Amino acid sequence: MLLHLEGFLDAHTAAEFESTMQRQVDTNAVRLAVDCEKLTYISSAGLGVFMSFIEELREKGGDIRIGALLPKVRQVFDILGFTEIFQLFETADEAVRSFQEKE
Amino acid sequence: MRQTFEHSFSLHVPSSNENLAMIRSFVGEIAQRANLNEEESLLLAVAVDEACANVIEHAYGHDATQQVTVRAVLDDDSIRFDVIDHGKGFDPTVVEAKDPQRLVKERASGGLGMGLIRRIMDEVVYHIVPGEKNELRMIKKRRHP
Repeated sequence: MLLHLEGFLDAHTAAEFESTMQRQVDTNAVRLAVDCEKLTYISSAGLGVFMSFIEELREKGGDIRIGALLPKVRQVFDILGFTEIFQLFETADEAVRSFQEKE
Repeated sequence: MRQTFEHSFSLHVPSSNENLAMIRSFVGEIAQRANLNEEESLLLAVAVDEACANVIEHAYGHDATQQVTVRAVLDDDSIRFDVIDHGKGFDPTVVEAKDPQRLVKERASGGLGMGLIRRIMDEVVYHIVPGEKNELRMIKKRRHP
């Protein structure tokens, strides 16, 4: 499953992203690729959504793989060590393909 | 003789998360005046956003009739942001900054904000004037070419 994020992910918009993620989990989609090419901003509320789902998805044999983070957004991931926790890819396609290669 | 200057700017907004975008625009304007690049500007926006989101949630409990004030003070050596509220005193600097790896194991969605502020800013100080105001002061030193 490929999700596209666009605009800003802060305490105001994170709830919408969280429900979208929850819907995926509820339908047993466990391999989630997230295209961040158009994501221009993220705060801890947005990072918190990624953080709260990753364990459950990995337990179910899935993962969250993130593609095409802009450098200015990626630095926020870096500061908290999220680049060690999540697999990042140059493009959304590569994030999607990384799941196929595993199969 | 070295000339010194200090410019002060303030923004008051209702205590609601939908105003975080406006707060970040204000920070962006200040960052532009300080000639910061896009990456540096975004990090300052994150720090101020986190501080304001804390106030909106913890000091005011999402009561949009209350006001959050962001004051920016720009001088030769530093950029300072003060986030001021008149709500329930909540000292974010005493909140333990948890390791993100641990938060992942706990499946937590919160607990990252203060860690971000501390890592982005050079100095973070919290003041309470009981019954009057709470102020989180965050200072970033300026680089001089």
